[in-house]
Amino acid sequence: MAIVPFLVVAWIVAVGLYGIVTSRDLIHQVVCLIVVQSSTYVLLLGVGYVTGGVAPYFFDISVHAKAVDPVVQALALTDVVVEAAVTALLMSLAVQAHKRFGTLDPHELAEFKG
Amino acid sequence: MRPRQRLWLFAIAVAGLAACYAWAFAGLPGFGRYPGPYGQVILKDAVAQTNATGVVSAVNFYYRGFDTVGEEFILFTAAAGMSVVLRRLRGETEQSPVQPPVEAARGRDLPQTSSAIRVAALLLTGPTAVIGWWLATHAQTNPSGGFQGGVVLATAFMLVYLAGESLTFRRLRPVALLDVAEAMGAGGFAAVGLAAIAQGLPYLYDFLPLGKVPGAVTSSGTIALISFLVGIEVAAAFVLIVGELLDQTLLVGQRTAGGGPSGEAG
Repeated sequence: MAIVPFLVVAWIVAVGLYGIVTSRDLIHQVVCLIVVQSSTYVLLLGVGYVTGGVAPYFFDISVHAKAVDPVVQALALTDVVVEAAVTALLMSLAVQAHKRFGTLDPHELAEFKG
Repeated sequence: MRPRQRLWLFAIAVAGLAACYAWAFAGLPGFGRYPGPYGQVILKDAVAQTNATGVVSAVNFYYRGFDTVGEEFILFTAAAGMSVVLRRLRGETEQSPVQPPVEAARGRDLPQTSSAIRVAALLLTGPTAVIGWWLATHAQTNPSGGFQGGVVLATAFMLVYLAGESLTFRRLRPVALLDVAEAMGAGGFAAVGLAAIAQGLPYLYDFLPLGKVPGAVTSSGTIALISFLVGIEVAAAFVLIVGELLDQTLLVGQRTAGGGPSGEAG
């Protein structure tokens, strides 16, 4: 059973990549990119888990309590917010593409220049 | 490239990726047996060193503060880049080669915001702002911090918009002020680090008094301060981002209505 979290990670990456490749809509493509990126959170938190560990917050528990790795949690935390902002930037690019070319289909967009 | 060729290329690439994945995962320690010493060292010393009981915050804003400065500026750049992308577009709308389907939209009425949504959103605005503020100022204590708090704080502004008060939302969203707030948050973070250098300490070293009680609001020195600054920056960035996108809907709405004189989106 120890391998299940990593299979989940691989599955999320695969689903997202398939979506990106087959997508016919830029917004859908951006959402697929978010799916791929969210696999890193599962991977980070899965890697940092310690059996029987608690969350690394010691407000009301002993500082010597066994806890999961705080570094990967910090990485995932900042990334969630940054990802949201970057997604907004990509969405605004999609808005601009639609206004200029009247389509969100990457296959049709590939035929335009500039 | 045709879609079929693209799929074949994808299949080949994925086979390679799958092999690398399998190889990499075979070398990982089992789930729950993480051997990395870095986290354990931090766990052993963090509370005693920083007086912050939220060790994730201590990692974010102290031990790996330099990383977080980088992340912070990605956020800053994304928000700035977005307003650049959409602003350039505004000048181009007149000469846009594609006209929106005006005919299809003509004669449709805008639905009114239901009173249930208005009441619920307005009731939630105050508590949401308080929770966001509380999260941004309690990074040193519990699982909160500037990143989470900033987003929740921005949500309070969105609720005003959701309540149908888009004009109030505009007044609450003075772009110049938000720009300043965003820059102050991002710049303040970098400046706190430089203040440590000015005293002959390493960049982002915690030079403020750490307080006496671990996990108290007044504890942990620069960790609490930086978290608060990050909260300001994230909140300002998200209000700006959502505001930019809402401006776009207004722009389109204005054009489909035949360029009405409301002057809102100018």
